[in-house]
Amino acid sequence: MENIVIIGNGISGITTARHIRKLSDKKITIISAETDYFFSRTALMYVYMGHMKFEHTQPYENWFWKKNRIDLVNDFVTAINHESKELVLKKGGSMSYDKLVIATGSKPNKFGWPGQDLDGVYGMYSKQDLLGIEKNAPDNEQCKRAVIVGGGLIGIEMAEMLRSRKIPVTFLVREKSFWNGVLPDGESQLINEHILDHHIDLRLDTNLEEIIADEKGYAKAVRTDKGDIIDCNLVGLTAGVTPNIDFLKESGIEIGRGVKVNRYLETNIQDIYAIGDCAEQHEGIGKRRPIEAVWYTGRMMGETLAQTICDNKTKYSPGHWFNSAKFLDIEYQTYGWVNSMRNKPDYEEHFHWRHSTENTCITISYEKDTKEFLGINTFGIRMRHEIFDRWLTEKKDIYFVLEYLKDANFDPEFFKNYEQQIVSKFNSEFNSNITPKKKSWKRIFSKA
Amino acid sequence: MKTIQNIGLVIFLIGLAIFTALPLSGSFKLTQKDFDTFVSEKKIKSEVFIQNVEKTIVGREFSGMQSLSPLVSDALENANQVHVKNKEYGKKIYTSAKDMATAIGKTSAAGFIAENKGLMWFLTFGLGIIGALMFILPNAILLGKKGIKNDGIYLHSATNRGWIAWMVFVFLVSFYLVLYFASQYATNWTLVVDPISESLSGNPAGHWFVYGFMYCVIMTVMAVRMYIKYRHNMYQVVRTTSVLFFQIVFAFLIPEIMVRLQMPYYDFKNAFPLDYDFFFQWNLKSLLNSGGIGLFILVWGVVLTLVIVPVMVYFFGKRWYCSWVCGCGGLAETLGDPYRQHSSKSLFSWKVERWLIHSVLLFAVVMTGLTLYSFFAETGTVLGIKTSSIQNIYSLVIGSIFAGVIGTGFYPIFGNRVWCRFGCPLAAYLGFVQRFKSRFRITTNGGQCISCGNCSTYCEQGIDVRAYAQKGENIVRSSCVGCGVCSAVCPRGVLKLENGPEEGRINPTEVLLGNDVDLMELVNKK
Repeated sequence: MENIVIIGNGISGITTARHIRKLSDKKITIISAETDYFFSRTALMYVYMGHMKFEHTQPYENWFWKKNRIDLVNDFVTAINHESKELVLKKGGSMSYDKLVIATGSKPNKFGWPGQDLDGVYGMYSKQDLLGIEKNAPDNEQCKRAVIVGGGLIGIEMAEMLRSRKIPVTFLVREKSFWNGVLPDGESQLINEHILDHHIDLRLDTNLEEIIADEKGYAKAVRTDKGDIIDCNLVGLTAGVTPNIDFLKESGIEIGRGVKVNRYLETNIQDIYAIGDCAEQHEGIGKRRPIEAVWYTGRMMGETLAQTICDNKTKYSPGHWFNSAKFLDIEYQTYGWVNSMRNKPDYEEHFHWRHSTENTCITISYEKDTKEFLGINTFGIRMRHEIFDRWLTEKKDIYFVLEYLKDANFDPEFFKNYEQQIVSKFNSEFNSNITPKKKSWKRIFSKA
Repeated sequence: MKTIQNIGLVIFLIGLAIFTALPLSGSFKLTQKDFDTFVSEKKIKSEVFIQNVEKTIVGREFSGMQSLSPLVSDALENANQVHVKNKEYGKKIYTSAKDMATAIGKTSAAGFIAENKGLMWFLTFGLGIIGALMFILPNAILLGKKGIKNDGIYLHSATNRGWIAWMVFVFLVSFYLVLYFASQYATNWTLVVDPISESLSGNPAGHWFVYGFMYCVIMTVMAVRMYIKYRHNMYQVVRTTSVLFFQIVFAFLIPEIMVRLQMPYYDFKNAFPLDYDFFFQWNLKSLLNSGGIGLFILVWGVVLTLVIVPVMVYFFGKRWYCSWVCGCGGLAETLGDPYRQHSSKSLFSWKVERWLIHSVLLFAVVMTGLTLYSFFAETGTVLGIKTSSIQNIYSLVIGSIFAGVIGTGFYPIFGNRVWCRFGCPLAAYLGFVQRFKSRFRITTNGGQCISCGNCSTYCEQGIDVRAYAQKGENIVRSSCVGCGVCSAVCPRGVLKLENGPEEGRINPTEVLLGNDVDLMELVNKK
């Protein structure tokens, strides 16, 4: 019986294991030093906020693994010997494998800031981070202020977490406007305003210079490149993540920023694969980046690799880009590509609509000449993934998208709809005469 | 704002304390004149009972039902023993001891409470309402921007099975025990709402009127809380308004007004088999003796269960009943909302749920079958089993203990839908329709799910919503009551309650949307 060993019990490794089990009878072992059982990393913030208990972040009950004959080992892999096909484990001993899957995820970026490893400095990534934040910032008595460094998705989540316990938060963001390397300006501006509405001390265009320690080695303040010294009891480092692959340096496995893999998720060494956040494609697929630290890409790589390991060699081919996030109270979804002003290619143009009072806006990107629909960002409006996936495949133009926009709406029943307003703004900008079509179940459920 | 809330809490607790003290306070004095009227109105033929009461109760002053009630039951038991011994069955009293004590208590109530009903109403219900609203209303500002506000639910004693939750549990369970099994102690509560009852039906209040009135008051106050908490979510706002309307108008006002108009007491939305005694002999007889309206109710009751309910479930899912109309659901969605996260999501609970709820449905159907057979065959027993004892067991175990004491009393511990999930026979029936023949589903939005688990945590019916969503599958479950909270708490816009074509409603997938289209088709079609 073939012996499959997976390092890492995150979404990528777990999806691989589940799908291998569906397809075969192979022996499956998952090694993790973080937790005994799989949990959803994306939900850690809700544990601190009191929305959930840690056990709620575990999508499978504890008996699931034994029932499905997936062995769980709590240990840390220190080295891989691919010639003898053996792993060296920290708690002692070794483990042999026939096929090895590296799914070790990421770790928070640290850019060599003085004081970055002090006590009281945390990323917001692992269960250990959560426990540390809980210990150091249980309330606003013990933590009088927190400083968060890095204006991305994790940074704003961490700010939301700490604000839920009324802890004052200073948020240092390198860019001139929040996440404007990804979001078009109008949307970035909406989020800037929303952050301030939540009484978060947002400092744009500001970098961390150093973290200052007290006599016991705890972070007590930060100094910014503007010369400000900000007293605090907790520092959050949320300037993105980087593949967690330090233990592979001597292994002979080709690494760049991540573990280099081909489209079949194979490394340079036979029978060793890498998936999820830690995998780096030799070249980005389509317009995707070579490393994608996104929940669903990890899952898709797991789905794909399981096929390959079970003798149905399958290329990893992610479809149209999509993603979602939540900025405090504002939900965000994106389908296709809507580039920020910084990254926007010449052929891409945008149509933007923002509600006059609500935190609701959309941006549709399209090809300048052909008017082909390229992508959509929505804030405060939910959209149907299937519809946009189909429209992108069918290369619909922006006029079509606006005409049938009601089909794509995924907001709960009785919600106020904005298609009429959106389309009338579009009509006045484009001198067009579109009337939005009524929602049709037939169209929504028709297979392309 | 915080200060207003704290003052509100104190006021509420004072009202609650007075309300709680009422059953054991108040004074009772039965005059000979009142007793004579009582005897003739109740057509009591037992001279032993009359003598006993005259000897031990009449003319004396009692403080609290706890001193009066035992004497009434002694008198009654003693009298019945004598009559049974002498085979004077015509004189035996069939009213239960607690009902007799309740009736005598009501007639003999004297003193402060009986003389100051309005004031006492204010000191109990009034303070409760004012205090609760002072506690709830400031949240419109304190909760900040609109959006999901579940901060601290698992950090607070009241909502995380802490000591406050256990106190609430003890209070609710005790309240239901009094209501069902020691209703004589509710006498003072009935006095407090007498003026309201008299203005509606023309009759003084009984303990069920207290319950119905209280139910409406609690639902209204807690609906205000819902409106504030979910003010960004029109589905929740409309749904809350709907349950509130059906409770106040259909369950409370219409039946009381019907009584005033000499019609039978009937809740037009309460469908069999939740309304388990609809086909009981006493009800059928009362309907048949009530002329046109009785007949109409009889036909309506049958049509409601056999046609209206399933057809509506086909078009809208069982939510149209369970979380838009039903009284039990109404309380669960208002008073119970703070406790929704306590329903167990384990596979084991799901198994227990299926066994229990379907057993109750079977029990209700068999009992009704026996009842109808007895009715038409004009016999009290079927196959040697007394129909009335089956009915009594159902009323006690299912109707009172399961639906009341456990169903609501256990809110703070097991969540707000214990009855609806594990016990309600109507929910079981609607569940079959919803699962096998309905247009309703919760649609999962392609591959957007991040398995965070908010949906499962806040599902009051204990459905592991995430288990479906993270596989890209729609949620089609018989137990779903369509409250819409999974969709509301989802941070990624993954879930939507909707009614659409039946085809493709159940969509088992292994590979989710977004992965290579060939792989999706290959794996999902296999």
